[in-house]
Amino acid sequence: MSEVLPTLPGLAGTGGEAAADKLPVENRDEFDIEIDGTVGQPFVDDPKMSSRHCDVYYGDKQAIFDISIDIGKNEIIAMIGPSGCGKSTFLRVLNRMNDTIPGCRVTGEHRLDGEDIYAPEQDPVLLRARVGMVFQKPNPFPKSIYDNVAYGPRLHGLARSRSELDEIVEKSLVRAGLFKEVKDDLQKPGTGLSGGQQQRLCIARAIAVDPEVILMDEPTSALDPIATATIEELMDELKSRYTIAVVTHSMQQAARVSQRTAYFHMGKLVEVNPTSQIFTNPEHKLTENYITGRFG
Amino acid sequence: MSSSTTRSKIEARLKKRHARERRFYWAGLISIAISFFFLLVLLLTIFSKGLPAFEQTWIKLDVDLSEKILGVSRNADHDALFRAHYSRAIKKSLRKMFPGVKGRKQKRALKNLVSHSAPWDLREQVLKHPELIGGTHAFWFLAKDDIDLYMKDGIDRQADESERRLKDYQLAWIDRLLAEGRLQKRFNTRLFTSGDSRDPEQAGMLGAIVGSFYTMLVTLVLSFPIGVGAAAYLEEFAPQNNRWVDFIEVNINNLAAVPSIVFGLLGLAVFINFFGVPRSTPLVGGLVLTLMTLPTIIIAARAAIKSVPPSIKEAAIGLGASPVQTLFQHTLPLAMPGILTGTIIGMAQALGETAPLLMIGMVAFVADIPGGILDPATVMPVQVYLWSDSPERAFVERTSAAIIILLGFLVIMNSVAILLRKRFERRW
Repeated sequence: MSEVLPTLPGLAGTGGEAAADKLPVENRDEFDIEIDGTVGQPFVDDPKMSSRHCDVYYGDKQAIFDISIDIGKNEIIAMIGPSGCGKSTFLRVLNRMNDTIPGCRVTGEHRLDGEDIYAPEQDPVLLRARVGMVFQKPNPFPKSIYDNVAYGPRLHGLARSRSELDEIVEKSLVRAGLFKEVKDDLQKPGTGLSGGQQQRLCIARAIAVDPEVILMDEPTSALDPIATATIEELMDELKSRYTIAVVTHSMQQAARVSQRTAYFHMGKLVEVNPTSQIFTNPEHKLTENYITGRFG
Repeated sequence: MSSSTTRSKIEARLKKRHARERRFYWAGLISIAISFFFLLVLLLTIFSKGLPAFEQTWIKLDVDLSEKILGVSRNADHDALFRAHYSRAIKKSLRKMFPGVKGRKQKRALKNLVSHSAPWDLREQVLKHPELIGGTHAFWFLAKDDIDLYMKDGIDRQADESERRLKDYQLAWIDRLLAEGRLQKRFNTRLFTSGDSRDPEQAGMLGAIVGSFYTMLVTLVLSFPIGVGAAAYLEEFAPQNNRWVDFIEVNINNLAAVPSIVFGLLGLAVFINFFGVPRSTPLVGGLVLTLMTLPTIIIAARAAIKSVPPSIKEAAIGLGASPVQTLFQHTLPLAMPGILTGTIIGMAQALGETAPLLMIGMVAFVADIPGGILDPATVMPVQVYLWSDSPERAFVERTSAAIIILLGFLVIMNSVAILLRKRFERRW
């Protein structure tokens, strides 16, 4: 049980599991509890996405051990856990972002609407258009606000004309709750916005290609509380249209925005339960120790 | 107790630390001053020596263009006019001006007041205006290098005649020409409009400038895409921790340190002897300089590509961009300032490179202006080398002038690069 996630060259600077500012959890008794399969309700009827027996290796090191979970339609599922527990890695399995990391190997069965997303004939380009992603650090392109949002539609040829593109850009900005603030300077650089606005721009950029699932990797960890609240409200609105999986370090955030919560620990999925239950009556001892702040 | 001793310990060392900082500051300042001094001396020498070469002495002669002397009638066709006796006309006009000249030596000296190109210049004038034939007209001719040097530097008339370049009778001619206002210094356009020549007064840089242009063109067209492509592959696509990739990387870094003449030898063996590329041409020169420039561009481009934030690439990939789209739409544009810096350093090196070009025959005497990448040519630094090697004293100032022109082109190239870089620079 003393395995530590290796430092990944490809992940440097992208957030993920980097900020381990607390004492190493391995050294504590509360931490050292055997995990024997996932408890709770990891599976739902008619899931949007499903993973079965997912293992992820970085070279020789195994980062994720036999994770099976479903993500339901139009729900927000929160993934929590201590640093290095593999929750970001698992999130990146779902749109094959791990493909870009050299030496990373993913096994198991992963389906989107029943379709195997790791099948040889599956094109990651199409998959990533259907499963969008928002990263920890706001990462707008060094282009105008307009070009940022229009990038995806242009890439996939979603707009036939300039006016159609204008429409998509406006609709996406409206849905991301950013349109009112930027409608007069769409040609200004996206990098000139504030942190919270930049993150909403990134959300607008992700929803401009009209994905079915949005993966959010700690979307508010670089933002102040007010910007965080705006994003959380936004997530709640987006839920009606999209399925959202969000990795977060903030248990309050998980409690506020999600319907179900998954607790990851040392590369294993410990417990999945409705959010209301997991924060009041966790099934697993490790989950309890984590949410009561005994470690992590 | 402990805090006061800590304080005193730190204070004791503080003085030393400050002294060290001051020493470092002064060492830096002094080294900059020294390099600045040498740069100043270098520029001063080059400019003081080279600037006179931008002026050239001309002689006015009244040439009798009678049909008898030229040996053609004024209605003759172009071919006949082309073959007319222009040098006889010039000789006659000089004899007429200085009737007392005796002996072969003096006669030759008299003819050598004007450049060897004078008859051709006269022919050009006559071909343009055939109506001049029959009359006597005043023409300006290039003066021979000795006269030119006298006009610029003067001469020590007290020295023994046998040790002087110009004898007493020659000085007398010059004095008379000066008195009659027949000697004039003008801006030396030939330096920019004609090719190399054995006669200093006729020698120009245009051949070398055009040769350098074609060579740089070949180098840029080959080394920029190949270098950037190699850097992008090694940085973004090559398998990591692969034995072959490591081997290639080590070798690229080593190539950057290979003496340039070795590249010349390689070019001679591979491009000329094996592939049969014509020697002395900008094509083969550009190929050799490409080999030399590639490591510089690859190393700079890799560093620039590496410095592009991975978050930008992830954003593009997360939206469904393919690796190649990510490369061309995000990574390369963001890396462009760094890539351009590396390219310009490489190109500046290539523009000033002489040694490898000596090996592939670009050191030949080429009087014609090259018309393409397959014409024999030389380049600016080789022209500097050739002129510095020439025995005529008038080539001394021309060597410096050639260096000034070469430096001028370097400054222009670098300015263009800085402008380009500024346009590509963006915040993220």
